[in-house]
Amino acid sequence: MAIQQKKHEMPTQAPSVRAHNFDEVALGYTEDIAVEEAQRCLNCKNRPCVEGCPVRIDIPDFIAKVKERDFEGAYGVISKSSSLPAVCGRVCPQETQCESKCTLGIRFEPVGIGRLERFVADRHNESAPAAPERPAPNGHRVAIVGSGPSGLTCAGDLARAGYEVTVYEALHTAGGVLVYGIPEFRLPKRIVAKEVEGLKALGVKVETNVVIGRTLTIDELFDTGFEAVFIGSGAGLPNFMGIPGESLVGVYSANEFLTRSNLMKAYRESPTTPIMKGGRVAVVGGGNVAMDAARTALRLGAEKVYIVYRRSMEELPARREEVEHAEEEGIDFRLLNNPVEILGYTNPDDLRDPKNGSVIGMRCIRMELGEPDASGRRRPVEIPGSEFVLDVDTVVMAIGTSPNPLIKDTTDGLEVNRRGGIIVNEDGLTSRSAVYAGGDDVTGAATVISAMGAGKTAARAIDAYLSGK
Amino acid sequence: MYRIVTKKVLNPSVTQMEIEAPLVARKARAGQFIILRVDDEGERIPLTVAGCDAGRGTVKIIFQIVGATTALLGAKNEGEYISDFVGPLGRATETEGVKKVCVVGGGVGCAIAMPAAQEFRRLGAEVTSIIGFRSKDLVILTDEFEACSDRMILMTDDGSAGRHGNVTVPLKELLESGERFDRILAIGPLVMMKFVAEAARPFGVPVVVSMNPIMIDGTGMCGGCRLSLVHEGKRITKFACVDGPEFDGYEVDFDEAMTRGRMYSEFERHAYEETCRLLGRA
Repeated sequence: MAIQQKKHEMPTQAPSVRAHNFDEVALGYTEDIAVEEAQRCLNCKNRPCVEGCPVRIDIPDFIAKVKERDFEGAYGVISKSSSLPAVCGRVCPQETQCESKCTLGIRFEPVGIGRLERFVADRHNESAPAAPERPAPNGHRVAIVGSGPSGLTCAGDLARAGYEVTVYEALHTAGGVLVYGIPEFRLPKRIVAKEVEGLKALGVKVETNVVIGRTLTIDELFDTGFEAVFIGSGAGLPNFMGIPGESLVGVYSANEFLTRSNLMKAYRESPTTPIMKGGRVAVVGGGNVAMDAARTALRLGAEKVYIVYRRSMEELPARREEVEHAEEEGIDFRLLNNPVEILGYTNPDDLRDPKNGSVIGMRCIRMELGEPDASGRRRPVEIPGSEFVLDVDTVVMAIGTSPNPLIKDTTDGLEVNRRGGIIVNEDGLTSRSAVYAGGDDVTGAATVISAMGAGKTAARAIDAYLSGK
Repeated sequence: MYRIVTKKVLNPSVTQMEIEAPLVARKARAGQFIILRVDDEGERIPLTVAGCDAGRGTVKIIFQIVGATTALLGAKNEGEYISDFVGPLGRATETEGVKKVCVVGGGVGCAIAMPAAQEFRRLGAEVTSIIGFRSKDLVILTDEFEACSDRMILMTDDGSAGRHGNVTVPLKELLESGERFDRILAIGPLVMMKFVAEAARPFGVPVVVSMNPIMIDGTGMCGGCRLSLVHEGKRITKFACVDGPEFDGYEVDFDEAMTRGRMYSEFERHAYEETCRLLGRA
């Protein structure tokens, strides 16, 4: 039987429908599609896909179980390596990780590994799984700072090894970026809640409303009997461009825009937290966060949404699927454009005009690509005299974040790099003994899966450290 | 869930509560704030800590009923619970090296100025307090200010209590008569803080102001609380939640902060009216 050259397509909501709702875009494989897709796997000997996975899931093994329709068995294989399979199946950039290494991908499209992972995880969650067996406690206590992907992964791995784990979360809900950042239409909150419930069933305690660095310090965690701490406090303060007009009414950081919509549910009919709805929106940036913000704005009722990015489509760092989805939904990509000023309204005759200080446009300049820069990407260069005004009333800055200073400022001896990122060795150990870190607080804004990989590495190192004690 | 241990109505629109939150009570210092949510669907609002009792594990908050959330909170009674209460956030009031201080409070801002005045007093500084209100029935905390001040001046806009006029009147008089403070700490409406800074500028007395911008997470993530400051001739962005809430009054761009503060006023007015209807007050 000839191998199907293309991945089985992911069933999705039609673009014209989904652009107006917050329901999940991708609907997931059916059982039959999943089994057929699994049959595309060559089960090759050198298993390059596993090398491409930051948490080293035994990909060919779980796919083999799918082929046999042993879906629970497949889940067992994945969950040996990943604490959050339903999340990763949805948000991992598979095209640059596991799927980029797939042998089948040399001639055809690679196996849809992410889609299969999602299918297996959803299937497991739907089947109302029995509570996992709690491992025998080993008597050691570990504190985790932050309940995002790195923290949850580290917590899960340690709990499975018998550690008594407490996760501290600053916000009122666990999940970190998975709940405040990634929108419902890409990662439904019930899926994150389910993964957190799974960890609680393993014995992990989650304490919300505790800001480490303020409510408690790292040193106080040790004083109360924790023997090791993992810091997964995530990305910090949003970056702005430093151009005029960024404080006008109607300019948001992507973090604020997405937090209002996702965490505070501003997208609902009568929210308690407001957000700008409708109008014409420019999102500045080209990462996944920019795509999320643009598509959220559209769903909130914007009549026009632009992505303004200073390089070209080739350099645009967002996950390919998100870019395709955004284009299908009608997001207007203004590539090789860079904002130089955000323009505000002033009524010279009426200082009390409520419109004073609101955004009425964004002046941009066209760019062209020059020589490659330090990142290896071609450097965008301004084209003189090419300025123009984009007619918008809301601007969302999605140009990354800088590390949060709270923990660094309250923890003696914790070394950070020039950009404020926590310095760690290959095991995730910081300059302080028994203090580990990983995820965006170390690397700066990156992906969910790389944070999970860091949580996993640290869990292994913490286990080695404490079991040797 | 966090229990409301005591509740006291200070004036028709200002209420004081003590909330059971032992971890926060152990740490909170003057100048810091907390964020709370009244119920599971509620918005997160920042309120400055008005005092705390580590022994009893309680944190005192004083709030003015200005919108939907504060109206809901004000309708809660002793023994009831609120969903979330997190803190202490922000930096504590800088007190080092201050021997003689003038604390200026305006309206409900006096609730925030009061613990700072008490802290300066505790550290042995000479404290002058100037507190201002719109009228007599809105006056709060005079006993507390009396107790922690070497000199207290009460002002009302309409002259119905204390002296007639706003807080900058006696401040200017003191400065013009040669009083020299190591610092002026001004906490109140933005426009009041702006004019306190203007009044003090010719005398070169350092002015610290406490900013209370729109905020969501309060931990340095969303950036909604950003302010512009002019520092050494350069315009810079600061975040009230982690860099503040106190800033150099000569550097803050108050006009911008006022514009940003009005961002959702229309939405908030509707939400407030809706809430009042639900609470049966309108």
